[in-house]
Amino acid sequence: MTGPQFKPSDAVDFLVIGAGAAGGVVAKELSTAGFHVVVLEQGPYLREGDYSHDEIKYEYQPGLTNDPQVQPITYRKNENEPAKAMKAIEYGRQVGGGSVHFTANYWRFHESDFHERSLFGDVPGSSFADWPITYADLEPWYTKAEYDLGISGLAGANPFEAPRSKPYPLPPMPVKSSGALFDRGAKKLGLHPFPAPVAILSQPYQGRPACVHCGFCESFGCEMRAKSSTLVSVIPVAEQTGRCEIRPNSYVRQIVTDPRGRATGAFYFDARRREVFQHAKAVVLCANGVESAKLLLLSKLANSSGLVGKNLMWDNGSFATALFEHPLNEYKSIQVTRLIHDHYRADPKRGFYGGGGIDARFQFYPASFALYGLPPDAPRWGAEYKKMLGEYFTRSMSLLAHSTSLPMERNTVTLDPDVKDAWGLPAVRITHDHHPDDIATMKWLLEREYELFDAMGAKKVWAEPVEAFDTNRHLMGTCRMGLDPKRSVVNQYSQSHDVRNLFVVDGSNFVTSARQQPTATIQALAYRAADYMGRAAKSGELG
Amino acid sequence: MSLGFTRRGWLFGSLGSAAWAAVASAQEHAHRTAAGATAAEFKFFNESEAAEVAAIVEQILPSDDGPGAKEAGIVYFIDRALTTFDTSLQPAYRKGLSEVQDVRRKMFPESTSIASLPQDRQLELVRAIEKTEFFETVRTHTLLGFLGNPSYGGNRDKVGWKHIGFEMRMAWAPPFGYYDAEPK
Repeated sequence: MTGPQFKPSDAVDFLVIGAGAAGGVVAKELSTAGFHVVVLEQGPYLREGDYSHDEIKYEYQPGLTNDPQVQPITYRKNENEPAKAMKAIEYGRQVGGGSVHFTANYWRFHESDFHERSLFGDVPGSSFADWPITYADLEPWYTKAEYDLGISGLAGANPFEAPRSKPYPLPPMPVKSSGALFDRGAKKLGLHPFPAPVAILSQPYQGRPACVHCGFCESFGCEMRAKSSTLVSVIPVAEQTGRCEIRPNSYVRQIVTDPRGRATGAFYFDARRREVFQHAKAVVLCANGVESAKLLLLSKLANSSGLVGKNLMWDNGSFATALFEHPLNEYKSIQVTRLIHDHYRADPKRGFYGGGGIDARFQFYPASFALYGLPPDAPRWGAEYKKMLGEYFTRSMSLLAHSTSLPMERNTVTLDPDVKDAWGLPAVRITHDHHPDDIATMKWLLEREYELFDAMGAKKVWAEPVEAFDTNRHLMGTCRMGLDPKRSVVNQYSQSHDVRNLFVVDGSNFVTSARQQPTATIQALAYRAADYMGRAAKSGELG
Repeated sequence: MSLGFTRRGWLFGSLGSAAWAAVASAQEHAHRTAAGATAAEFKFFNESEAAEVAAIVEQILPSDDGPGAKEAGIVYFIDRALTTFDTSLQPAYRKGLSEVQDVRRKMFPESTSIASLPQDRQLELVRAIEKTEFFETVRTHTLLGFLGNPSYGGNRDKVGWKHIGFEMRMAWAPPFGYYDAEPK
């Protein structure tokens, strides 16, 4: 920790809650613009030296994510069911947040994502709507994010991609065997495979080394600092300004407002669970699509629309795995090197709303492979099972379709009335069930995956049946962005309609889910919002 | 991110219960154990329980065409797991083992232990319990021990990794596999 230390009694210019994908960006932008910033992060401050290639620690244990033993979560399909304790949602819980342990897929939205409701029409049973901003509004900020953070990719390689003002700052990562096979099969089907844009350095960049292809990206922190998390990219820049303090192990329980309805700071528990109040002139909530909603509900703030916590969208997709003749050795290098966006666009002719992107990937680390990687008809133990492990591990790969999740007001984050966390705060209660169109989309994409594997020359293909499921990592929609204060929680700059000096910037702002992979858009929104915050603070509009 | 794994994989996570400190302590303990010249002592199992668990895990990963659960030291791994990061599963093991013994006595009334049964009868017994929650727990631990980091006391001499063709290295360079090495 190299930044300054502020006193809780100092009213800093901005108090940022959450040091993840969005919070790290906001902290850097505001501190480099001259503002004093304190960032409260509920998780620890880990460094590359703290990470390791330990599957038991990072996959079997909560690792870099929320621990339900300490912060229980309850889940139910609908409000008529009792909620049961389970890890229904998962998020990164350390300085850098989910940008530390994510796969690092870094997709911009398509132009159509921002006005898809107008293009496609209403979808009954959903609250499908247009965004209050366009792709053109966000494009400069996508570009800024790609250059600030360090993204590898090949501009123009995806024929469906929206216009870009600049190419990627770094060339794409080298193709793996999964990508080479995918290239071949997709082209045979007349599709358009392209190198995956990823938040991983293909070459040295801004003092950080290039990826060394160790193979431990998803669920793991990068020991090389080659994954472009906010932890290793923008947060050090923020600290070096001397105006930004990152305060880890600081768990916020309430944002406070004064009689004029202006935010004045937040109460939090420090590492020793002592309560502290940090004063601030403005508050920026970047705690993720579940925790931000929880905190607003706990604070009874910014909810005149009644929409805080509603429209929670889900991490939808379909997943298939296949065996090939020769070793692919997918455990080497990054997870994804090729994908397609040919099925991205929703087409009314399919008879349902939805679409997705399909990537070719490594999915199972060794123990996970033994537990979940073999076909459902394989033996689960014994001599034949052991033999299959030996044959399949190096010779298999997966396809993952990332697909739409329709917003619905009945899918919510609420406070559990009965269950408390280790600090005595109400547990998050998730209520979620899938829209039938989301299930239809996943089934349709799974059929495309079978076609692809066939064209790739797979010896055997298998998948779990598509059905509703109860776990979610892409936390979107619970503080919806919009121009009408009655129908949204924040405006087009992620500013609360109700509390002028309170901002909410993270996946909660999303009006639609696009095709998952939310990180690029979360960060572009954060750059754009931080720019607005700085201008508004300087002109006195937040006072 | 990883949906397919998410759906099934979080079940995986649901067995885990301890804090990082426990994991660190497990690793330290396992390192010390692995470094010692004498056979590791058990912290949770008594000798006969250890032999019974060993008989079950050796059916899950037999040492037929190469090292299996026995050579990987799975029973030691499980003992460490139950005294460090999975202490909450101790009752499940005590109860599960006693239920397996009931099944054994029913199937083979003349027998005295699982370990002393002939191979084919051990196989029959494990088939009889393969749908139980206890077997699922033992199977999970066996696979974690076979293919997890050797620092936890299993996967001795990396026999599990060698079996599946995995090599732990800090760096690789392309080509990574057969298909990206092929000429275009």
